Amino acid sequence: MAHPAPLVAPQPALADALKKLLGTDLLAHVFTVDEDSITVERDAIAGVMVALRDNLEYQQMMEIAGVDYPDRAERFEVVYHLLSVTKNHRLRVRVSTDEATPVPTIVPVWPNAGWLEREVFDMYGVLFAGNPDLRRILTDYGFQGHPQRKDFPLTGYTELRYSEEDKRVVYEPVKLAQDFRNFDFMSPWEGADYVLPGDEKAGGTGEAPGKGAPTPMTAAEVKASDDKAKASPPPTPKTTETPAQTGAGAKANLKAAKTSRDGASAKPATKTAKTPATAKAEKAPAKPRAPRKPKAGGDA
Amino acid sequence: MTDAPHVNHYGGDLFEGYPVDTANTAGDQAVTNYTINFGPQHPAAHGVLRLVLELDGEIIERVDPHVGLLHRGTEKLIEYKTYLQALPYFDRLDYCSPLGMEHSYVLAIEKLLDLEVPARAQYLRTLFAELTRICNHMLNIGSHVMDVGAMTPNLWVFELREDCLNFFERASGARMHSAYFRPGGVHQDVPERLLCDIGEWCEKRLPKLFGDAMSLVIDNRIFKQRNVDIATVSKEDALAWGFSGPMIRGSGIAWDLRKSQPYDAYAAMEFDIPVGTRGDCYDRFMVRVEEVYQSAKIIKQCLRDMPTGPIASLDRKVVPPKRGEMKQSMESLIHHFKLYTEGFHVPAGEVYVATESPKGEFGVYLVSDGSNKPYRCKIRPTAFSHLQAMDMMSKGHMLADTTAIIGAIDVVFGECDR
Repeated sequence: MAHPAPLVAPQPALADALKKLLGTDLLAHVFTVDEDSITVERDAIAGVMVALRDNLEYQQMMEIAGVDYPDRAERFEVVYHLLSVTKNHRLRVRVSTDEATPVPTIVPVWPNAGWLEREVFDMYGVLFAGNPDLRRILTDYGFQGHPQRKDFPLTGYTELRYSEEDKRVVYEPVKLAQDFRNFDFMSPWEGADYVLPGDEKAGGTGEAPGKGAPTPMTAAEVKASDDKAKASPPPTPKTTETPAQTGAGAKANLKAAKTSRDGASAKPATKTAKTPATAKAEKAPAKPRAPRKPKAGGDA
Repeated sequence: MTDAPHVNHYGGDLFEGYPVDTANTAGDQAVTNYTINFGPQHPAAHGVLRLVLELDGEIIERVDPHVGLLHRGTEKLIEYKTYLQALPYFDRLDYCSPLGMEHSYVLAIEKLLDLEVPARAQYLRTLFAELTRICNHMLNIGSHVMDVGAMTPNLWVFELREDCLNFFERASGARMHSAYFRPGGVHQDVPERLLCDIGEWCEKRLPKLFGDAMSLVIDNRIFKQRNVDIATVSKEDALAWGFSGPMIRGSGIAWDLRKSQPYDAYAAMEFDIPVGTRGDCYDRFMVRVEEVYQSAKIIKQCLRDMPTGPIASLDRKVVPPKRGEMKQSMESLIHHFKLYTEGFHVPAGEVYVATESPKGEFGVYLVSDGSNKPYRCKIRPTAFSHLQAMDMMSKGHMLADTTAIIGAIDVVFGECDR
């Protein structure tokens, strides 16, 4: 064994013993990274724990950890870590559940499960049926939400400060001058299957896979905002090659000569003095031109 | 105020058969239980612990510890940091034994990576983990005796703690939050002179000063009156409540992860596990006193057997190169840049690694999804289980015993509340 982590002798007979002891309650048993972990039926957890304690000598329950996998149908995993001081072995037992389905408590089996279940409830909102005292434990009095869920923001929703006017601590919505900077380090050559800018035609769509901590913007959002910022030029530039393409001619002259609806004459173009329409407009009023006033309904 | 029945000290219900206006009873014939707050700011609470105590006179009926006043969301923060960036958070959990916290975390990463660590690094980590144990026990022993009324030993053992902190500073540059253990080894090699000084300190100063301080306490009549037979925990209870470390050893179970599941260089070390006989506060105290001597023994063995060689793995995909190397080699520069921006990726999987921290079993349950950040890092604090048993341990004791019980638990709230 290369790594210097705590050395635990493997138990080759454990797999059969577990199968025999737990029967259909045992859903899976894996041995990876030198550690045994089993998945069991959620509703049978209390009985499984009693069996493991009394028949397989796992005397101590050291830890209950919640894990959140938002993509799964049953998004929460509750992971129990058992320790046998006589066999010198550790066993990981896991059940899965969702927001609404309670997990049976194991407080009658190990009294120290009380606080550990309270912590999982506090952090993830997993319910434990039968826990005699399922209050929040680590968060503030009156806290709302379950902070360890993956969809709970790192900054939280409220912050508190002492208000000199009110002479008490007040809660306010979080206001941050700068967002928490979080970078997506998935290598485009190894893991990421989102489209890199410039690679749109090469195929491959979809967002970054649900790996690692969520980034504030998904890959698709980044791409969309990039495209927007660029505001690409029209495909073919407009050219003017013949006079007809400029729009000048008899039709345009007529239109220019027309008075607008409120009676004011059309605004003379400053640079196109040579056109007939302008000449006509100049002839019409004999009086000297007054300085221009802004018009109400002009076509400016 | 609770609706507990009226207590009288003569037996039988004093008011039986009489129509009594209970709301107006005065005097000490009828006493109801009352509830008081202990903490959150109390010098004997060793941090921010709020105990809601239900008392019958001076006898504790029920304890409801309120923890979480120092909750900082460490586990959530770790999910947003790379593996290396998350390391300093562990110093800040149990700020009395920072290197003990780092130890579990780096071992968990190494287990997932299946990374080999050079022998010198393993010896250095063992050496400093034991120095941390002494450092932690100095604080706990000192404050425990002060909580029950002794002043002088605390001042003496704090001198030893100061020496330990100076050693940490000379090794890592920081007195408390060292961030010295790194995945793959330690951050930097120690000067030869430091090892000599540690050896000399273990040989001369520690046994002298610590022995003097303990000679004032361990046979002291007042100290024994305050600790012997207080909060007795049987072997069965200690197992059921998830005790570990000096708490389970105080109850007479010779369980020490350094012996039973050796990590780093502990397999090569020779030391004894002290156990208690009665499982009371005095036994827990004495287990810690003996552990200090055993730690000194381990430190001396480390100093004797420590080989020379690299102090961290040479796998450049995990351990960054040193600056000098970086200025010579392009490849080192690239590795350095990649490791300090992106960090290393850890293969998907999960491990639970627990080490014998000075306070007990400190575990890290690390779930990796193959990226450069932990998907989930659950920290198993030692104090959580111990403090939970406060109710069981203090029932029937006097109010003044609470301080002795808390002192013998050795609780630090940075770790308990995370």
